[in-house]
Amino acid sequence: MSMSMSMEDREIMIELKGINKHYLLKQALTGIDLQIRKGSIVGLLGPNGSGKSTLLKMMAGLIYPTSGSIRVNGREPDVRNKQHIAYLPEIDNLYGWMTVKETLRFLSGFYSDWQADKAAEMLQTMELGENQKVRNLSKGMRARLKLIAALSRKVPLVLLDEPFSGIDPPSRSKIIRSIIQEFQSDEQTILLSTHSVGESEPMFDDVIFLHSGRIKLFDSAENLRENFGCSLENIWEKVYA
Amino acid sequence: MELDFNSPKPIYLQMVDEVKKALARGELSPGDKIPSHKERAHISKVNPNTVQRAYQEMEREGLTETLRGQGTFIKNDPTLLVQIRSEMAQAAVKNFIEEMRGLGIEPEETERILRSQLYKGNEGG
Repeated sequence: MSMSMSMEDREIMIELKGINKHYLLKQALTGIDLQIRKGSIVGLLGPNGSGKSTLLKMMAGLIYPTSGSIRVNGREPDVRNKQHIAYLPEIDNLYGWMTVKETLRFLSGFYSDWQADKAAEMLQTMELGENQKVRNLSKGMRARLKLIAALSRKVPLVLLDEPFSGIDPPSRSKIIRSIIQEFQSDEQTILLSTHSVGESEPMFDDVIFLHSGRIKLFDSAENLRENFGCSLENIWEKVYA
Repeated sequence: MELDFNSPKPIYLQMVDEVKKALARGELSPGDKIPSHKERAHISKVNPNTVQRAYQEMEREGLTETLRGQGTFIKNDPTLLVQIRSEMAQAAVKNFIEEMRGLGIEPEETERILRSQLYKGNEGG
């Protein structure tokens, strides 16, 4: 059994300094300073349009900041970051004509770090039939499949954009369980955006509250609960009231 | 397990309390094997780092011991139960005293109310 480090001593996985992002008609992110520790599960919270997806895409190397600096696992992220990062986009990125089994085989061809045994295990626990066509899956089932796709890789950083959005409670519960089960706290960092705090609250080490492209709060979940004297869910009500 | 995220008590300490309560109630006994922290995290859907912290705390308090390759066990110490019961009783009484103090009730009055409540059943029967 390895000696565990206390969270404070852990190395930095992601560092953002003075990040701004403008789109043509919109300022998406303003003055973001952030340090994410290795081995933590971080909740990225905020209402729709607060900049959560933009931030995650930037960490994934899919978009670039207008100004400021960003380092992920020691390097500036770009498209090649796919090799080190598992990114679950909010949009549906699966092919409808493939079966579940074909989807996973297809993905395994892209990534040298693909863990077929993990994928098979998760198919079982997530109760997904492997011969079903993706187009015939319910929204909740497709969300489960997307999560399997992200968590079957052995990568230092996992970015999950709204893995629970529009998903039935049983699927949500299964997804939370799987994230906790598959999380390798010694070598992995997970960032997860959501606007349904309640159920996901027990998962988080650290929490970021985003509001209109700015960081409103950023601290460990434990400190936030202590300082506000209530749950993250109730802090949410105060922050976004 | 009932974790209260609105409580001022940190989650990892609530998890330690749960084990103590289970011991006091006899649902767990000294020498019993408990789930690994990973299993516990999975069962209760709580962050593995938080669970690990709870396990470290239990080990630090001498509540559990980890045997290499075998897992985590409630310490096989017959005095453990006595200790825990006494510790939890003290905490409950302390809580009670603080609440009475908060209500501005004098110690003598508190004692009198406590006695009358404690023995109410006997007098009635």
